[in-house]
Amino acid sequence: MIEIENLSKAFTLHNQGGATIRVMQGATLSVAHGECVALTGASGAGKSTLMRMIYGNYLAEAGRIRVGDTVVTDAAPRDILRMRRDTLGYVSQFLRVVPRVPTLDVVAEPLLAVGTPLDDARARAADLLTRLNIPETLWGLSPTTFSGGEQQRVNIARGFAHEYPALLLDEPTASLDATNREVVLDLIEAAKARGAAIVGIFHDEAARDRVCDREIDVTVFTPARAA
Amino acid sequence: MSPEPTTPLLSVRDIRKLYASHVGCTGVSFDLYPGEVMGIVGESGSGKSTLLNCMAGHLIPDGGQVIFDTRAEGPRDTVTMSEPERRMLSRTDWAFVHQHARDGLRMGVSAGGNVGERLMAVGARHYGDIRNKATDWLDRVEISPTRIDDRPSTFSGGMQQRLQIARNLVTGPRLVFMDEPTGGLDVSVQARLLDLLRGLVRDMGLSAIIVTHDLAVVRLLADRLMVMKSGHVVEQGLTDQVLDDPQHGYTQLLVSSVLQV
Amino acid sequence: MTDQAYNFAYLDEQTKRMIRRAILKGLAIPGYQVPFASREMPMPYGWGTGGVQVSAAVLTPEDRFKVIDQGADDTTNAVSIRNFFRRTAGVEVTTETTAASVIQTRHRIPETTLKEGQILVYQVPIPEPLRFLEPRETETRKMHSLEEYGLMHVKLYEDISRHGHIATAYAYPVKIEGRYVMDPSPIPKFDNPKLTDCPAIQLFGAGREQRIYALPPYTTVVSLDFEDHPFEASRADHPCGLCGATDSYLDEVITDDAGGRMFVCSDTDYCEARQAQGHRGKDAA
Repeated sequence: MIEIENLSKAFTLHNQGGATIRVMQGATLSVAHGECVALTGASGAGKSTLMRMIYGNYLAEAGRIRVGDTVVTDAAPRDILRMRRDTLGYVSQFLRVVPRVPTLDVVAEPLLAVGTPLDDARARAADLLTRLNIPETLWGLSPTTFSGGEQQRVNIARGFAHEYPALLLDEPTASLDATNREVVLDLIEAAKARGAAIVGIFHDEAARDRVCDREIDVTVFTPARAA
Repeated sequence: MSPEPTTPLLSVRDIRKLYASHVGCTGVSFDLYPGEVMGIVGESGSGKSTLLNCMAGHLIPDGGQVIFDTRAEGPRDTVTMSEPERRMLSRTDWAFVHQHARDGLRMGVSAGGNVGERLMAVGARHYGDIRNKATDWLDRVEISPTRIDDRPSTFSGGMQQRLQIARNLVTGPRLVFMDEPTGGLDVSVQARLLDLLRGLVRDMGLSAIIVTHDLAVVRLLADRLMVMKSGHVVEQGLTDQVLDDPQHGYTQLLVSSVLQV
Repeated sequence: MTDQAYNFAYLDEQTKRMIRRAILKGLAIPGYQVPFASREMPMPYGWGTGGVQVSAAVLTPEDRFKVIDQGADDTTNAVSIRNFFRRTAGVEVTTETTAASVIQTRHRIPETTLKEGQILVYQVPIPEPLRFLEPRETETRKMHSLEEYGLMHVKLYEDISRHGHIATAYAYPVKIEGRYVMDPSPIPKFDNPKLTDCPAIQLFGAGREQRIYALPPYTTVVSLDFEDHPFEASRADHPCGLCGATDSYLDEVITDDAGGRMFVCSDTDYCEARQAQGHRGKDAA
């Protein structure tokens, strides 16, 4: 479902003397349907960078990324948007929403984007928020004012609202209590069971062991630091 | 789910506008598909407003084409079409939201009259229908219908801007040009307007081109981003990609200059 | 007797030719405002300089000339203009609508139906019907040329929203032969139905604004309106106090300082003709 071949990435800082920082070289991996792959490696090894490149948020310098039938590395913006809408979900660590939009609608939005009727979308959103223990009294409020943990759960609900065939998870269980952590792991297992291909970053080792089929240490893709 | 459109709604080809002493904009080309929102950012004098005005028919470009997929006849170059045709487009399929609401409103005419004007311009002749539509649109832009007979001069800045949007969208346009739509508004008022615009864009399937210097606005509203400097496009792509992984030095400077809250 | 110090009808022949050309163009494009090089006349703007120039251009020595101001032949302005042409053109003058071949008018159309061969010349203060909503002349001209008349209905919309009905009572906008929107000069909307299908030639002159426009005989003139608020010509609530007419436009006349008043025909010729035929109103002496 997700295929990455010989991917490399460098940042060129034009305003700092044109310094070039090479962060990835020759990254190659593939994730099948129903499989969950954990990216591991020390902080700064390029786990998030790789995830962002898969999502089309960072540009690749060379190599190829394919998600379903979208070749991310040479897709037009609208093809990437379509992929994000239909195929590839992303649960990041940070919630980025328009102020003033109620939580229920924030969660329902990915469903509305794929044409789910409003009532169905809201019902699904309500179900997820309930499972993630967000009190109903908060649903009508914008999540911008929520605590970090609450925001994280809203973010997860939003990421799992539409049943994407592929998912990127960046620390989905961080800052969650045991109960909610369990709910999230159930959601991940359910997604795998319906055939979703998942790439994730899990610092939570127990969680990683439970849901992940393989681990890939991205340190092997890190170029030797230029002397 | 609607099928993906294959014909661009708007194709801009090598648009060039020169002023006596300097380049307004040059070498600009892109395709905009139905339902897409594109942001154009750049500092004052970068040519973004010149480009917008060339596309919207307010300025005549010195070269290039602005091809719009018309309902009746398919793709047509709006630069070479007759003025009546172009003005008809700007009353029906196009809308233009000015930075200053007073440039886009008739300040001496009631809110209802402002919203109704475009309807009457395309032949609406039933007062009751016009008034009902105006009432409905005031409601959609969160202006109390009890204000329908008040003049916009009695409205706050945010209300004036929302009225301008209602006046523009009442005829169901397919392409909206916006010039700094949130400029000059309080931050809280901006958020409300952005939320409203996002909802309208999604519900009506609008395509939009938004000129702004506010990167937060494009991150929230625009699917795609074009960065302009000295009349040239220096970078374009997916909005979050351009903002998070800018390739051009100018974009990097622009992104790093934003104050973090 | 003609005052020989002046050319016939005051204006020189070249000027009259220029004005006639504008009139002919106006007749060829009914309702279209033709610019012309308005001359200084021996009267102030606002007193009918446009109408006087048009009259001067169309008058021939055989014409019989009538002037009305608000329907009356005997007001200062009407008397002055009549005397002006009697002196400078030596034409016959009359107060009888049926006897006149050229009638210059301010703010009224005579009650008596006009006939073929007659010319009605209107004095126009502001020829541009869109002016109050769109102050830019460049823009209004473009709106006329592209037939963008939505704005005219905005004005009527505003009327209804404010007053519950179309409150515009004079200078009520009309559309000519389905094409140009035109200001019929400040005639009461009571007179609007007389504009359409009229056997006489109707000419409009605006001196200060330097515009002439025209309606050839039997032109279709439609008053603008909404489907659910159709145009209605105003109607008098009273019969004329002098001649008892129920179909004419009335002026209110205050008769004393104790609130006494009467309503009389604004068209003095019509009223007098009716009285001569023996019609009497309740206030007739």
